[in-house]
Amino acid sequence: MSQTELRPLKDDSGDRSPGQRRKASRNWLQVAGILPILILICILFSVLTPTFPTAGNIVNILRQASINIVLATGMTFVILTGGIDLSVGSILGVSAVVGVLVSLLPALSWAAIPAALLTGLLIGLVNGALIAFLDLPPFIVTLGGLTALRGVAYLVANGTTVLNRNLNFAWIGNNYLGPFPWLVVIALLTVLASWFILRQTVLGVQIYAVGGNQRAARLTGIKVNRVLLFVYGVSGLLAGLAGVMSSSRLYSATGLLGNGYELDAIAAVILGGTSFTGGIGTIPGTLLGALIIAVLNNGLTLLNMSYFWQLVVKGLVIIVAVTIDRLRRRGSR
Amino acid sequence: MTTDIQPSSAPASSLTPVLEMRGITKRFHGVPALQGVNLTIYPGEVHALMGENGAGKSTLMKILAGAYIADDGEIYINGERLKITDPGTARRAGINLIYQELNVAPNLTVAENMFMGSELRRGQLLDREGMRREAEQVLHSLGASFAPDDLVSSLSIAEQQLVEIARALKDNSRILVMDEPTAALSDRETERLFEVIHKLRRDGIAIIYISHRMEEVYALANRVSVLRDGQYIGSLLREEISPERLVQMMVGRPMQDFYEHQRQTSVGDVVLEVRHLSDGRKVQPTNLVLHAGEIVGLAGLVGAGRTELSRLIFGADAKTSGEVWLHGKKIEIHSPGDAIAAGIGYVPEDRKDQGLFLEMTSGKNIVLNTLKEDAKVGILNWRSLGKIASDAVEDFNIRLANLEIRAMDLSGGNQQKLLLARWLAIKPRVLLLDEPTRGVDIGAKSEIYRIISDLAKQGVAILMVSSELPEVVGLSDRVLVMREGQLVGELGGSTGTEITQETIMAYATGASEVAAS
Repeated sequence: MSQTELRPLKDDSGDRSPGQRRKASRNWLQVAGILPILILICILFSVLTPTFPTAGNIVNILRQASINIVLATGMTFVILTGGIDLSVGSILGVSAVVGVLVSLLPALSWAAIPAALLTGLLIGLVNGALIAFLDLPPFIVTLGGLTALRGVAYLVANGTTVLNRNLNFAWIGNNYLGPFPWLVVIALLTVLASWFILRQTVLGVQIYAVGGNQRAARLTGIKVNRVLLFVYGVSGLLAGLAGVMSSSRLYSATGLLGNGYELDAIAAVILGGTSFTGGIGTIPGTLLGALIIAVLNNGLTLLNMSYFWQLVVKGLVIIVAVTIDRLRRRGSR
Repeated sequence: MTTDIQPSSAPASSLTPVLEMRGITKRFHGVPALQGVNLTIYPGEVHALMGENGAGKSTLMKILAGAYIADDGEIYINGERLKITDPGTARRAGINLIYQELNVAPNLTVAENMFMGSELRRGQLLDREGMRREAEQVLHSLGASFAPDDLVSSLSIAEQQLVEIARALKDNSRILVMDEPTAALSDRETERLFEVIHKLRRDGIAIIYISHRMEEVYALANRVSVLRDGQYIGSLLREEISPERLVQMMVGRPMQDFYEHQRQTSVGDVVLEVRHLSDGRKVQPTNLVLHAGEIVGLAGLVGAGRTELSRLIFGADAKTSGEVWLHGKKIEIHSPGDAIAAGIGYVPEDRKDQGLFLEMTSGKNIVLNTLKEDAKVGILNWRSLGKIASDAVEDFNIRLANLEIRAMDLSGGNQQKLLLARWLAIKPRVLLLDEPTRGVDIGAKSEIYRIISDLAKQGVAILMVSSELPEVVGLSDRVLVMREGQLVGELGGSTGTEITQETIMAYATGASEVAAS
């Protein structure tokens, strides 16, 4: 699942310069990435609390992970180009409020979901345009977005909770498709679609190229600005989708919704082995990263650990996991 | 190039070597990179270290500098065994490395750079005055034209290099390793650097000089040692050096006819025509014609505007005036994408910075310009792409175990061939090459020449920017010379003049005009 699309030429190994022969096992390692860490944590929780490994709890974990999975998937696109999107939590808030407000309009209630998605997409495109065409640093643009859009979310919600007891898209947050909550299904579909784009499309390769070497990407005729516009657009759109998911579960939205979510999304991407400088990373990695965070949240709560300690443990596990990953990769170099 | 200063040849054998490396062995994941390599260096000599890319020169020097630790072997400094386990040990023993990619902080001053990590103190505070004084002294002894308080970002590459040399001298360096120090320098700057090197030698400093350029080795070296495939092949004294012998040692076979290109006698149709093209700064309005099957060398000094002109044709930079005509039709080029669509390829000068995607696989690097080949609604056809990539590897004899190898793990020559392969995949009608053999070993060089020559035979019009005059003379059907943003001379082709290094230099330096007036 790393970048292994092109089949090997042929299997001769003579007459080759040194340093080229460590392939198969390393690729596998990169794919597996932090999977061993996730398994280790799961085993640990299973031993410590019997409720952890039950089917019901596993579905629970997946549901709790779903929103972060969607945000982190969008974030992966952005970080692959060497950028960052700090505004996703706030975009989620704005989109959720817009969605619930539209659902309250009798004539337009059908447009609630499209309105929320469109809100997210447009904000993302504005981010992308500022970064691509005005050449502003992504950190600055989206930091501004983080603050300003939070304000917008409060303003649109008029400072209160926007509630709709008959929310027409409440099924997303509360119904099941077979044994799986719709939230989980949507998250997995998002992962699949994104994975496909990055692996199997021209655009996907171009995203890696822009993150790997922007100057060279330009000289190979890649429209770097369009690629940047696309990734921030996707990040915004998926934040809008996450807004729909959050509000559907709650039958409501407030200006505060999604506050701080960007940090969990970034943590999931980095845990998944995506390089902060761009050009390296995978969607399956991000999925694993998001699952680690969700398992920690769930397991620590089952253990009745206080919220304060949960924060401490979560932060430390992120640092330790990335450290282990780095050390191992250095070892295989 | 300065050849007037004749280096003394063999050092007195009674001298104790300042450095002796014995039986150095290093493996990476079981693959040997160095096998029992010996190297003996005397004080006050310039010792050239040669070998193809991937021969193990850099690995050996990194072991000397403490960046790698040898698996086996011994290092003696002034006859005493020294275990070099980290860069600090090496520096304290007087060993300094000047990498090709310079190691300076552009945001700091010259003096701050020189004392980085070993700042002078007065009590707990920095002794800025002391550092400035000491820096001044060293810089003066090197004949530097800049001051300790100058910001490094305001210096040229050559001057930044001098800052590194000054830093080494300040640390009482006894062994100075220079890795292709002239790669980014103009001829003038190279000459200045050689003067500095001669001075250091007189002061008894041993210099290990890594270079691919034969002329430099002639101009500087007292002795040459050659590595091949991680093994020590042998050393030659100054008077034993000949190009044939060195090439044979480096590649393990005799030098073939280096430039196979047969000069075109008949001229093909006009393919590309450039009219009044200018960027308003580095390139004055320029006219230029390329014919089918023609290799046109674009010569000139560094900074003459050659790279800028080719980037302008390719649409990489914005033009202020001018037109580009292809096959008699005017085309609009506003971005590299437009140029590529029109069948114009551009292989940039700095392959790592502007060409390759180092973290990506070799296969992807090859197909990046042809992703849309057989793609349906933007979905990649990996089968077609895989075929393009493996055909290219075959055609250009790129040495790699499989297409999954990351570009960064290839040698310079193979990286350059990778880049050429990418551009040839678009089947260009015009190919702009900027320093196509820079930093490439001799074996790969001759292969690249063959590829260029073959392309011309197939009717591609080629414009080749090169600072290596033998290459320009050997490969070009016609040569254009650029100076200060203008084309000032044309040789060969229909002009009937002979292409020689002397006439090219005369145009490039402006000497021809002086003579005419």
